[in-house]
Amino acid sequence: MTKPGLRQIAFYGKGGIGKSTTSQNTLAALVELEQKILIVGCDPKADSTRLILHAKAQDTVLHLAAEAGSVEDLELEDVVKIGYKDIKCVESGGPEPGVGCAGRGVITAINFLEENGAYEDVDYVSYDVLGDVVCGGFAMPIRENKAQEIYIVMSGEMMALYAANNISKGILKYANSGGVRLGGLICNERQTDKEVDLADALAKRLGTKLIHFVPRDNIVQHAELRRMTVIEYAPDSKQADEYRQLANKIHNNKGQGVIPTPISMEELEEMLMDFGIMKSDEQALAELEAKEAAKAAAAGA
Amino acid sequence: MSLAVNTDIDVKGLVDKVLEAYPEKSRKRRQKHINVLEAEAKDCGVKSNIKSIPGVMTIRGCAYAGSKGVVWGPIKDMIHISHGPVGCGYYSWSGRRNYYIGDTGVDAFGTMHFTTDFQEKDIVFGGDKKLHKAIEEINELFPLANGISVQSECPIGLIGDDIEAVSRAKASEIGKPVIPARCEGFRGVSQSLGHHIANDVIRDWVFEKSEPKAEFVSTPYDVTVIGDYNIGGDAWASRILLEEIGLRVIAQWSGDGTLAELENTPKAKVNLIHCYRSMNYIARHMEEKYNIPWMEYNFFGPSQIAASLRKIAALFDHTIQEKAEAVIAKYQPMVDAVIAKYKPRLEGKKVMLYVGGLRPRHVADAYTDLGMEIVGTGYEFAHNDDYQRTTHYVKEGTLIYDDVTAYELEKFVEEIRPDLVGSGIKEKYVFQKMGLPFRQLHSWDYSGPYHGYDGFAIFARDMDMAISNPVWGLQKAPW
Repeated sequence: MTKPGLRQIAFYGKGGIGKSTTSQNTLAALVELEQKILIVGCDPKADSTRLILHAKAQDTVLHLAAEAGSVEDLELEDVVKIGYKDIKCVESGGPEPGVGCAGRGVITAINFLEENGAYEDVDYVSYDVLGDVVCGGFAMPIRENKAQEIYIVMSGEMMALYAANNISKGILKYANSGGVRLGGLICNERQTDKEVDLADALAKRLGTKLIHFVPRDNIVQHAELRRMTVIEYAPDSKQADEYRQLANKIHNNKGQGVIPTPISMEELEEMLMDFGIMKSDEQALAELEAKEAAKAAAAGA
Repeated sequence: MSLAVNTDIDVKGLVDKVLEAYPEKSRKRRQKHINVLEAEAKDCGVKSNIKSIPGVMTIRGCAYAGSKGVVWGPIKDMIHISHGPVGCGYYSWSGRRNYYIGDTGVDAFGTMHFTTDFQEKDIVFGGDKKLHKAIEEINELFPLANGISVQSECPIGLIGDDIEAVSRAKASEIGKPVIPARCEGFRGVSQSLGHHIANDVIRDWVFEKSEPKAEFVSTPYDVTVIGDYNIGGDAWASRILLEEIGLRVIAQWSGDGTLAELENTPKAKVNLIHCYRSMNYIARHMEEKYNIPWMEYNFFGPSQIAASLRKIAALFDHTIQEKAEAVIAKYQPMVDAVIAKYKPRLEGKKVMLYVGGLRPRHVADAYTDLGMEIVGTGYEFAHNDDYQRTTHYVKEGTLIYDDVTAYELEKFVEEIRPDLVGSGIKEKYVFQKMGLPFRQLHSWDYSGPYHGYDGFAIFARDMDMAISNPVWGLQKAPW
């Protein structure tokens, strides 16, 4: 039986935004709060648990299933690997790029885990989902009886903001049929202009909160090169404390998720213009003219 | 016989009453597909080839049914792979009675069923490898198969498998044509798109990649039979007549047909089309590309047979025309005997039809020859050009229903109470339980052939058997 207080959370966000890094560091910090954790990597690349396991690409559910014949031929022990501080790790895996259906793979893998009791004896199940929710398969973790809270990893970059808004639309779609809620935004610093303000403003527009602003620190890179989380590699560092704070906030955020209020494309663009991230057509034109004029003046001289 | 039918019934009122059961939006949409034929109408006044309304029980099939089941399946010396999960192929296995001559499993494969039997892992990792393997196994186990076709089921289109690449690679490897048909069931509104896709595949993967056999010697009397699927031997009963009038049938598309016949077809002097709906595309293509004229004909019932034989003969010289007259005269005594025997029993009986894309009009005159009249007819997957061709066969007042729903057909039949209903297996028991004689007009109810003079005798007997069956007099409970 699954524990009564089982928390199911998922990390979504634009590809390359640092979802896997952020989630693994945060989950490693959650262990310090005496939480038992299962990580489910939902990405054919199978790199969602690398920092916990200190190795990439363990045997994935789908590759083992393909070898054995079908998913029914697998045992849970075959696919669950134990990593840093007893964190359990599973990767769904999937086809190489350009063939087959990775989305169906995610559905198959998650159903297998549920049916075989992978969720028993853990306090947290965390799904790490590939960047773009391109089809129904990758929405599996936000459908009914799966993740209760979604954390969107984003930054002050325009495309990351777009993605955050789009993911909110996906959550809204399933919020009424299932119980999924938006837990909040996690801003991974990219040092863009007015980044905190922008993240905060978007969070407000989406009806949620900026749960944590994770500053940029090269130590993350150093740890990653050693296939470790910062929590393990440099437990006393300032950055490790940032992840501990984030873990604490997520832990205390239970039941506080919201049904998001995604905004239209126009509203989003307006917001970006207000912050000076995106230029209006007039602005862009004026700047271009000024540039041309300067060029002409330089040529004349 | 009268010039109109249903004169004693308020058919328009009936249609309105039946449609009342629908919500307004559905009612408005269905209204456009149902009409009562007016005098001098150019077409039947119904919309067609439009998506069925969700929630109704439509009788239509899918694109895979159109390509694998209808067009490609009967090519007997090829093996047709139902590519995808097992169900589509398994539950349509031998669903059509395409008779053929040959040793099944040796040089003919019509009643066999081949599938790649997709499992979860094939969906997730793609099924190309499995297709490679299936083709290898087929080539090894059935060396006399002259080619292979790959008939896509839905998942192939969803996961984007490259069956064309596999087909090209395998064709050069095994030295035989491997032909991919992208006939995923979700494409289009009915099986009709599957026919079109299959026709295009013949154009691109047979005509473009092969030549007529070198040893083929043309004669001035070479014709093809296109759109005859040899249900219960129909194509054979048709071929006899064409040969008797002095023509040479060089290809049958596709009942009892072979790949070589498809390849030789560009040598024909004229393409004779029976099922216009499923094969007009390729006939038009051959007209454009090889300058081969095509002509529609109808071999149901003696009046249409005679008219068609004369029309076909008119395309050739006097010897053929004379022979056509001789053949018509030769069979006349037999026709007279059949009509003398059955007409008195069938005269004035009313018939309602609901079939696929040709028979709702083509069989009409066979009934008329027996003194029966069509009071309602409709198609599963016809297009507007089929409804234009229909007015020629039916009378003013005939109820026309396109893509009729199970509910509508049941209600129409209940009110009109014809003496015979002709439709498919799904309809058969509904109407028989209503106490109405019924004949299956897709499978000929396991009888046939119904084409040609020989077929007419069987047709007349079968209709009489259904209508005059003493069981209908025993329906009343004895208490």
